[in-house]
Amino acid sequence: MPMLEVANLQKHYTLHGGMMASVFGGRRVVHALNGVSFNVEQGQSLGLAGESGCGKTTTAKLILKLLRPTSGAIRFAGRDISDLEGADLLGYRRQVQFVFQNPYEALNPRFTILRAMLEPLVIHGIGASALNRVERVADALRQVHLDPPEAFFMKYPHHLSGGQLQRVVIARALLVEPRLLVADEPVSMLDVSVRAGVLNLMRDLTRRHGLTTIYISHDLALIRYMCTTTAVMYLGTICEIGSTAEVIGRPKHPYTQALVAAVPDPDPTRAERVVKISDTVPTPLHIPVGCPFADRCPMVMDICRTVRPALRAIEGVRVACHLYEAPEEVH
Amino acid sequence: MALLDVERLSVEYQTLQGTVRAVRDVSFSLPPGRALGLVGESGCGKTTLARALIGVLPRNARITEGAVRFEGTDLLRLPADQFNDYRWRRIAMVPQAAMDSLDPVQRVGDQMVETIVLRGNLTRAAAADRARELFAMVGLQPDRLRLYPHELSGGMKQRAVIAMALALRPPLVIADEPVTALDVIVQHQVLQTLRDLREALGVSLLLITHDISVVASLCDDVAVMYAGRIVESGTVRQVFAEPRHPYTMGLRNAFPSLRAEQEHLVPIEGYPPDLAHPPQGCAFTARCPFAIPRCWEEDPVLRAEGDGQEAACHRAHEAPVLRVQAAEAFARLAGDEIRSAPREAC
Repeated sequence: MPMLEVANLQKHYTLHGGMMASVFGGRRVVHALNGVSFNVEQGQSLGLAGESGCGKTTTAKLILKLLRPTSGAIRFAGRDISDLEGADLLGYRRQVQFVFQNPYEALNPRFTILRAMLEPLVIHGIGASALNRVERVADALRQVHLDPPEAFFMKYPHHLSGGQLQRVVIARALLVEPRLLVADEPVSMLDVSVRAGVLNLMRDLTRRHGLTTIYISHDLALIRYMCTTTAVMYLGTICEIGSTAEVIGRPKHPYTQALVAAVPDPDPTRAERVVKISDTVPTPLHIPVGCPFADRCPMVMDICRTVRPALRAIEGVRVACHLYEAPEEVH
Repeated sequence: MALLDVERLSVEYQTLQGTVRAVRDVSFSLPPGRALGLVGESGCGKTTLARALIGVLPRNARITEGAVRFEGTDLLRLPADQFNDYRWRRIAMVPQAAMDSLDPVQRVGDQMVETIVLRGNLTRAAAADRARELFAMVGLQPDRLRLYPHELSGGMKQRAVIAMALALRPPLVIADEPVTALDVIVQHQVLQTLRDLREALGVSLLLITHDISVVASLCDDVAVMYAGRIVESGTVRQVFAEPRHPYTMGLRNAFPSLRAEQEHLVPIEGYPPDLAHPPQGCAFTARCPFAIPRCWEEDPVLRAEGDGQEAACHRAHEAPVLRVQAAEAFARLAGDEIRSAPREAC
C-alpha cells in the first residue's frame, strides 16, 4: 500500500468578481487543479516541478489539509483524510510535517527558538517532562548543525540568518517524528552558498529517519538532486511522471522538454539551447478542452485541441501526450 | 578607452548598528560593447555598487572614496544637474523588481512616451513612434502599449522595462537581477532578448545577479563580489573553468546543475561577515578551507593572475592545486563528508 495516494484531485476557486460580475452573472472559476493523481511509496522522494500557477503548491496545501479539495481523494496509509477530525486530525498533522519557502515567516517573531520548538511537543504530548522536551529540542538543533543548541535557545528569529532559520524550521518539523515531509521551495529564499548545506541536511536527515518526502520546486536542478521520482505539472495536471533520471534526463512531453532546455547552465561552454514555445503563460481561468499545453506546443496536432490526453506508460514513465499514442489512435 | 572605469570605490551606510562598509575599494572597467556580470550573494554590495554608479543611493549611504569614470568623465565630481543628464541618456538602469517599477495607473505606452519626451527632447508623436519601435525590438506587439501594467504578464512587463531603458539609446545599461522573479521558460526568452539586443545595438551591459548561470549565458566577463569587495574577475570562461579564488571554487561546487555529472553538492560553511565590523584580514577567511595565518591578518588586494584574470587571494598562485582539493576541503570544513551518489545517475 502506498503511503500517500492522491486520486483525481481537483481544486476550483470561484471568483466573486466585483459589481459587474454580480449584475451580469459572469461567475468565473479558477481551475487550480484539474485531476491530479499520483502515489508516493514509503521512503520515496517525489519532486513536483512546474512553473508558477501550475498547481504544485495547491497540491501541497491539499495534502497538508490546509485546503479542502473540490473533488478527488487523498489517502494517507490507506485512510481517506477528508473526514479526519479531532484526535485523528491531530495525529495526521503530527505524521505529515512541512517546510515552507520563507523561514522568516514560519516562526513566530515574538517566540524564542526554544519556545517555538517546544510548542509542537506540547501540542502533541511528546516528552515525559519539561526537561525531557528541552533535551529533545537540543538534540534536534544539534542534528541540523546548530551547535551548541543552548546558544540558540534564547535567540529570537531576527537574530538568525535565513539559513539558520530554515534549519530551525527543519528541526522543528522533525521533532514530532513525522512520516511524510512536504517541502515547498525550501531553499529558494536562501543564498547559493547556504542552499547546498540545507539541501544536504534535509537529504541526510530524511534518509536517516526513513522519511517519505515531497519536494515542490520550480528548480529542476534541485529536484534532480533531491528526488528519485519527478512529476512535472502544467496548468493543474501532471504531464509527465517517472524516475527523475528519465524525466529530466530524457524528457518526453514537449513541455518537459522545453522546461529542461530553458534552464540556464552554470557552465558557459555548454551551448545555448533553443526553446521554441511562446512565453505567454496561460491562465487557469480558461482551461482548454483538449491538452492544456496545446496552445504553446510546437508539435501540436488536431487531436490535441479536442481530446485531453491521459497519462499513459511509455518507456518506464507516464506521459500525457498524444504524440506517444499508437498512430491508429491518433487518426 | 573603457566605457566605464570604476576606481577604488567605497560606499558606507550609517545605520543604528554603526557604519556598514557595503562596498569596499572596488575597481573594474567595462570596455564598450562588453557585458560584465557582477555576481554575489545578498548583502555582498552588488546593488549598492550599481546604485552608486548612477548616483541613486539611499539617504543614509555615502561614497567615501573613489571615482566612477564614464567616457572619461568622473560622474561623482559632476554637479547634480549634469549627472542627471547621464541617467537614461547615457546610462540606463533596469532596477531590481523592475516589473513593479511601472506605474499601475498609467498605460505602459504613456509611461514610455513621457520618459522619452522628458529625457530625450522628442515631440510626443516622435516619442510614440520610438515606443512602438522599442516594443517591437524587445519582442512585444506594439499594440500592447495601450495596456495597463496589470494586463501584462511578468515577462512582458520585464520586456517593457527593458524597452524603456533602451529608449534613448544609452551606450550602457545596468540591469539588476533582470530575470530573477520570472519562470524558467520566460526567463530563457528574456535572456535571449537581451542577447539579441546586445548584438543588434552594441550596447554595453552591467548585469547584477546572484545566479551564476545567468551570467554564464549572457556575459563576456564576470566579477565575483564577496563582503563588499571584488574577489575575482576575468572572462566568464576563465573564471568558471579555472577559478582562482576559493570562494569562486566553493560557489561552483554549491550550485546544483541540471546537466553536469554531480554526485554531491558542497556547501560553503558559515555566513558572510558583518560589514559593520569587517574582519581585519580577508573577509572570506572564516569560511575558507585554505586559510593560512596570513589571511587572518592581511586583506589581499585584487592582483592580476595572468590572461586578464584577477584574484584577491594570498594563495592565488596555488590555484591549480587548490581547485582539485576544493570540493573535499569545503566538505570537510562543513563537517559533511563526501558520500556516494544518492540517486540513479542521470
